Amino acid sequence: MQTPEHAMNLTQTILGITFENPTVLASGILGITSSTWKDVAKNGAGAITTKSLWIKEHKGHPNPTIIETEHWMLNAVGVPDAGPTKAREEIGDFMQKQPVPLIANIIAESIEDYGDIAAEIALLGPNAFEVNISCPNIEDEFGRPFACSAPDAAAVTKAVKAVCGNIPIFIKLSPNVDNIGEIAKACQAEGADGFTCINTVGPGMAIDLRSRMPILANKVGGMSGPAIKPIAVKCIADVYAATEGKCPIIGTGGVYTGEDALELILAGASLIGIGSAVSRRGPEVFSKVCEEMQYWGTNEGIDNISDMVGGMHKELSKRK
Amino acid sequence: MSSISLQSRLPRTYRIKEIVQETEMVRTYTFDGSLGARPGQFLMCWLPGVDEKPFSVAFDDGSETKITFFAVGPMSEALANCNVGDLVGLRGPFGTSYEWDAGDHIVLVAGGYGAAPMYFVASEAVKHGCTLEAIVGARGKEHLLYLEELESLKHVSLHVSTDDGSVGHKGYNTEVLDQLLEAAADSDAKDPPIDKVFACGPEMMLQSVLTVSEKHSVPCQLSLERYMKCGFGICGNCAVDSSGARMCVDGPVVKAEDCKKISEFGKYHRDDLGKKHEF
Repeated sequence: MQTPEHAMNLTQTILGITFENPTVLASGILGITSSTWKDVAKNGAGAITTKSLWIKEHKGHPNPTIIETEHWMLNAVGVPDAGPTKAREEIGDFMQKQPVPLIANIIAESIEDYGDIAAEIALLGPNAFEVNISCPNIEDEFGRPFACSAPDAAAVTKAVKAVCGNIPIFIKLSPNVDNIGEIAKACQAEGADGFTCINTVGPGMAIDLRSRMPILANKVGGMSGPAIKPIAVKCIADVYAATEGKCPIIGTGGVYTGEDALELILAGASLIGIGSAVSRRGPEVFSKVCEEMQYWGTNEGIDNISDMVGGMHKELSKRK
Repeated sequence: MSSISLQSRLPRTYRIKEIVQETEMVRTYTFDGSLGARPGQFLMCWLPGVDEKPFSVAFDDGSETKITFFAVGPMSEALANCNVGDLVGLRGPFGTSYEWDAGDHIVLVAGGYGAAPMYFVASEAVKHGCTLEAIVGARGKEHLLYLEELESLKHVSLHVSTDDGSVGHKGYNTEVLDQLLEAAADSDAKDPPIDKVFACGPEMMLQSVLTVSEKHSVPCQLSLERYMKCGFGICGNCAVDSSGARMCVDGPVVKAEDCKKISEFGKYHRDDLGKKHEF
């Protein structure tokens, strides 16, 4: 790959945080220990998102928990976490010589618990919160996710916002709704600073032919991978439009290449979550996606990646 | 069925073709298919409706696959209750394998059921003109595995150790390793020098293998066991401190120089929640 003279600048500054590039390790992928976060940062990620943190220890599902084909990945890991003691140890270690911004992903079973875990983790000084209200593979335990109802999503936003001080919060939305824009607006009204679009799709199911059994121990799991990119693009575009581009979006879903990332950015994403692609392209996927974005943008004569955010909406309104 | 499954990240069910009761607690299952595994690699074995766990491959000759396992938890106990003809899902093979050069003189150090993958190494390495010293260790005579199979291979010399001295050297297999490396280093030795040491067994044994091999300046390759979920490097459960290396992709077989970058080696491992447990 040629090294261009005036390469497109990949830096993004949003909500007062500077990201050297827009790629972010998506929650739930390689996110258990400080050692892996540092390794992912070394591989070029612009920021790290932790695995979902609970106020107390939470068991995951038995295996198989993650299966994949060339088209899709299904996961029902079940959001395992050892609780705040481990979070303090791992985040504390990472923050000592913090190589990139850290986004703490939090989850809870009740609105009250969301406030409690946010207050607990806020003490560790993460750069931002991502509030997971949209996991599709723990419905047997907790019922429909908060992200499926505008009032529930807004109530969680309010509870977290009340305790997190100056730390910005991204609400992680579900694509498995028919009004994602309205849900985003309801959260925005309660102070959500930004959104992560999208959590996994479905849930879906896969069956082994000979045993006639569902392969995932949880029977169903959230779908990710190449096949969900068009759904991510649509949801990001909806949320960007509903919030009039005022809330930065971490676009996540089916990003494997620089061109995938740029498509989500045109839909309205400021940052790009990468998860499933780690299995195919390795932890190096972050630097590879950055190189590919920069190569494309530089050839097109674009100075700053920030100029591309929401580009589709601007193009559409120009043509009205 | 003998075709190699290309969908290695999705389990496919195979029938158990043969069951051998190796010792009171250890069984070997043969499955009616090959996944193209190399010595040192592992498979994820799924018992539908129960669980799925990693197992190192005891043998894969391109037409059938074997695993040798110790019934140690709910999953392996349920697996131990299976019969010939029952279905087990397999996906893989995953991870790194032992690496040798043609004509190498290799010492294999096997602790407990680590003997199974060591036999797989020996059976493949002799095809490349290697000569091998296989040291099999266990608590006592009744726990020793794969002795007959190893003995049946040409160019393999068998050495046995037991903690209780019921057969072979009384003590640890790593003491036998030390003696072999010492003798081979002698300029008057009749055997060629040792090129590599391969080991599979409990982590405290591996730590000792590393120390002994380093003392004699012989490169070693060790098979590390960590809690696995996905098997293909995405969940992060088997990542080690402080390198962040994923043992399902960068391991389980780790060379000495990489092993020394693993600060938790010989100290602790993590469970399914990521909590640390000391060895």
